[in-house]
Amino acid sequence: MLKIHNLHVRIGGREILKGLSLQVNAGEVHAIMGPNGAGKSTLGNVLAGRSGYEVTQGSVAYEGRDLLQLEPEVRAAAGVFLAFQYPVEIPGVNNTYFLRAALNAQRKARGESELDSREFLQLVREKLKVMQLPPELMNRAVNEGFSGGEKKRNEIFQMAVLEPKLAILDETDSGLDIDALKQVAEGVNALRDPKRAFIVITHYQRLLDYIVPDFVHVLADGRIVESGGAQLAQELEAHGYAWVRERKPAEAAV
Amino acid sequence: MSAVVAPFIESMRAAALPASGIAWLDAARREAMQTFLSAGLPNARHELWKYTALRALEQRGYAARDENASTRIVDGSAFALPGIDGPQLVLVNGVFRADLSRLNDLPQGLSVQPLSRALAENPEPLRFLLSRRVQESRDAFVSLNAALAADGALVRVASGAEIEKPLHIVHLGAPADSIVAWHARSFIELGEGARLHIVEHDAAAGEHAHFANLACEYMLQKNARLDLLTLQDASAGATLLRHGEFHLHEDAQLALHALELGGALARHEIRIALDGDRSRVDTRGAYALRSRQHADTELLIEHRGRDTTSDSLWRGVADGRARGVFHGAITVRQGADGADAQLSNKNLLLSEGAEIDTRPALEIHVDEVKAAHGATVGQLDERALFYLRSRGLPAEAARMLLVRAFCAVALSGIEPNELHEHCDALLLAHLPREDET
Repeated sequence: MLKIHNLHVRIGGREILKGLSLQVNAGEVHAIMGPNGAGKSTLGNVLAGRSGYEVTQGSVAYEGRDLLQLEPEVRAAAGVFLAFQYPVEIPGVNNTYFLRAALNAQRKARGESELDSREFLQLVREKLKVMQLPPELMNRAVNEGFSGGEKKRNEIFQMAVLEPKLAILDETDSGLDIDALKQVAEGVNALRDPKRAFIVITHYQRLLDYIVPDFVHVLADGRIVESGGAQLAQELEAHGYAWVRERKPAEAAV
Repeated sequence: MSAVVAPFIESMRAAALPASGIAWLDAARREAMQTFLSAGLPNARHELWKYTALRALEQRGYAARDENASTRIVDGSAFALPGIDGPQLVLVNGVFRADLSRLNDLPQGLSVQPLSRALAENPEPLRFLLSRRVQESRDAFVSLNAALAADGALVRVASGAEIEKPLHIVHLGAPADSIVAWHARSFIELGEGARLHIVEHDAAAGEHAHFANLACEYMLQKNARLDLLTLQDASAGATLLRHGEFHLHEDAQLALHALELGGALARHEIRIALDGDRSRVDTRGAYALRSRQHADTELLIEHRGRDTTSDSLWRGVADGRARGVFHGAITVRQGADGADAQLSNKNLLLSEGAEIDTRPALEIHVDEVKAAHGATVGQLDERALFYLRSRGLPAEAARMLLVRAFCAVALSGIEPNELHEHCDALLLAHLPREDET
């Protein structure tokens, strides 16, 4: 589904990703772990199409297409979804209105019929139940005045409504208490599907107790320096990120 | 007067003053014209005209009037508004049109008539209003209006009368045989405890050039309440000046919405005097400009009575090479203790070529006062734009959604709901597509 090859990315002249390669197949859950500043969020933003990132080398193929050539909305319609680390507050834009406009824009781009307000509300009600979100949130402005936990759950809720093929969760666990963390994880697990892949970016292993990944990758200094199964996350938690570098000094230095 | 007279001044001087046959009125008009001619057009050295240059206007001459305005065929859909089906007074190129107006069966307590008819039938009650010296003699266009306006709207609401249906006053600019100038003068008075809702509508039948100069005085007696929407959707080629003076007596309330969309050069002057104790004004306004439009809003509020309140929220959006100017000045006069004055003006620039100059000003002459004002000029939040696009909204739709949300606060409170939605749609429709330069 997704093939990242030797990706080099700069922001403002500074190289953040330095030859990252990763392959994600449908149905898989990949966790990307790593210390602050390793380039984790850069990866998420580049995949979603945020401007300000300069790709100097490498390629990203998504379902055989050159993902980097696509506008963010085209990527969204093709099934790419980024759950933001810092969801943006948009005063004056109603949550329901926004989400319906987004869903219908995607459906239109895919040549599917748009949902009328009745069909949409039915869908929203279903998904709200799964996420255990208060329905009032839907009548407020997008993320405005939401608590940290509500914002993150709203991201997962949007994901549930938009039903992407490739979901990238950028530190969705940060700032969440344990109850909110569990709810977010339940929401994600409910969406796990043989046709859908997840990239879960996180600093801590905690979230991975609830969303059990198929693969764990350690991102350090702009590259994936170690890959393994779910077990790797626990080792990292026990030993810290320094342990990876010590264990693989030669490769980490390349 | 110098030997070389600018074409604009010359064309105005050449315009024959409207012949009324009323000695005091002819004298007042001659005097007003004299005031205009000796002062000339304001230039950039004039503090209130700092950002609006009139050099281009000065070089243009206009026909004194549209001779065929009273018979010109006009499509009523050019000024129809959803939710508005009450009394209606229509002027086409500054001339009253009975055939397009709805002034029969006015609700009890409401009197609406064209100025032209009132002058023909019974001018004496208007003597005071029309013959006194123009208050703001330094304002060239108000003088010019006093000299040349032959028509307009006279509206009076009897004490205690609450008029339910909005009164629709239309100034329609229609393409004429030449490029015409017109001037309209209106007076609106609400008696004690009276209530009225007015939609003043600058509408266009075409994209032609013309010069329109509108002046209106509003008098709100004790405890009266006026809800006013000025919807400026003039033709793309129009030069439009709208001058409004408001006087509020004790406990009177004014809720003003202003939407500035059309015109090539538009200037909206709003002067509000909170004379009476506990009088209150709420102003909400938005200007949305594109291509090479220039719109200048001048909002001057004076707190004169005790415990008076003013609350103003304005939003501006400019795209292309448009230029917006907002001057919001609040003065709290001596004796206006307990005044509460709030003013906020936020602006969005959608292109590099657009410009908005905002100057909030606060002048306070008393100790006991609550006042705050603020103004910003910024760009669309790139983070918000990316957020919306990452969910699938095309760039253009995302931009429009954000701009619309930005302006929403200025439109909120417009009634009825159909009219609110219409204004929202007009604003959106007026904003350019991304590919437009």
